[in-house]
Amino acid sequence: MKATPLNAWHRAQGASMVDFGGWDMPVAYGSVGPEHLATRASAGLFDIGHMGQILVGGPRALEFVQALTTNDAARLGDGRMQYSLLTNARGGVIDDLIVTRLGADLYYLVVNAANAEADLAWLLERAPDFGVRVEALPGRTLLALQGPRAQELLQPLVSAPLDPLPYYHLRPDRVLGAEALVSRSGYTGEDGFEISLPKDAAEGVWKRLLESGVARPVGLGARNTLRLEAAYPLYGHELDAEHSPYEAGLGWVIKPDKGPFTGREELLRSREAPARRLAGLRALEKGLPRDGYAVQDPAGRPVGVVTSGAPSPSLGNVGVALAYLPPDLAAPGTRVAVDVRGRALACEVVKTPFVPSRVRRNAA
Amino acid sequence: MSSPQDRLYTRTHEWIRIEGGRASVGLTAFAVEAIKDIVFIELPAPGRALEAGKPFGVVESVKAVFDLNAPLAGVVAETNKAVESDFSALASDPYGAGWLLRIEGVAGGREGLLDAAAYDRFCAEERH
Repeated sequence: MKATPLNAWHRAQGASMVDFGGWDMPVAYGSVGPEHLATRASAGLFDIGHMGQILVGGPRALEFVQALTTNDAARLGDGRMQYSLLTNARGGVIDDLIVTRLGADLYYLVVNAANAEADLAWLLERAPDFGVRVEALPGRTLLALQGPRAQELLQPLVSAPLDPLPYYHLRPDRVLGAEALVSRSGYTGEDGFEISLPKDAAEGVWKRLLESGVARPVGLGARNTLRLEAAYPLYGHELDAEHSPYEAGLGWVIKPDKGPFTGREELLRSREAPARRLAGLRALEKGLPRDGYAVQDPAGRPVGVVTSGAPSPSLGNVGVALAYLPPDLAAPGTRVAVDVRGRALACEVVKTPFVPSRVRRNAA
Repeated sequence: MSSPQDRLYTRTHEWIRIEGGRASVGLTAFAVEAIKDIVFIELPAPGRALEAGKPFGVVESVKAVFDLNAPLAGVVAETNKAVESDFSALASDPYGAGWLLRIEGVAGGREGLLDAAAYDRFCAEERH
């Protein structure tokens, strides 16, 4: 199994570990609920070194990114980030990713751990057509510092003022002297930062960020409940090669007018008449919808499936879920039930996010 | 950690304390510690017949669902209402105030169950 540079630290803390996309990662250092709540109340520090980092360089780098992803990378200026999708010829989603323009000829991609090898193979296969250089960055790792106190904690470690850095912007900086890429972004619905840095600098930065006791380390368990409250999709759950991204509510990431890209025609066809829609569910009684549980209409017929379900620590552990439903049952206010081990758990379709986002949309 | 001697244990981490034809059932300290943050407990209604080795309810953490399995056959006489609404007794006193079920008509052989010493050895092996 692969290990991030913080693996020994996690193990020394007695974290419960899990195989996540081939990486030995911490689920929780103690228990998930308090780690979740600490991120919302103060700050959480996440080892996300399992995520894949890839550079695309060359005079035709933009053309390459445009041809392989669904969003319009031509809109990016230097240091601007964009959520996008990597699609196959059938219009299926290979992965969701963040594309950042580092320069006119240089793009930086962050992809999911479980898909990183397949993504890289796919990019390398198409690279010769564009004469671009595609390289994974095995010498680097990623940390995320998330929560209302993230900026105050990170500021003393970097040289440039963080306050003017807008949401979904990235810039090179030094973090405790190490060359780094610092962005205002994350996967929790909180304000916060993601930091790409050389592997050998990770532990020093990690320990320093925890020193004051304001931030606590947070494992993948709370990373999942935080992203679920924010209704961010997770590849393998809400997204895969079979579900149309239009059904997942990701039409805003697909820019068919930008020009041709892999799977464009197939995607446009799937936009016409979506068979289902991703919706948020909130339990109306005690009980928890879980991944894979069936959703039933009021007559008890199976009509959909839960893609992610868990208690929401921010909402007193009420059950929340994302589920694919027929479009006529996906409107907020609709009553459905989730088959919880044979019991019909009453749920209501609700607007997402489940917990209001606190990401900073505008620069101060 | 040594488990109380006055009861028997399953390999799925339930305990049963038998007194004549009646018994109390709960979850072991080892299990409670492994599950960590319990957010939901689902117990059967009184009157429900339990089958030895079969699930009768669940304990859920933020992360996962854990089945509760019946150590022996019997009929549910009472569930612990206090624990169903406040899980703290399960963590602080799993062998006392944190009991889950009282059952009656306890039946079946006990050969599948472990005594405290055997259960402690079983847990020590599971830790590795």
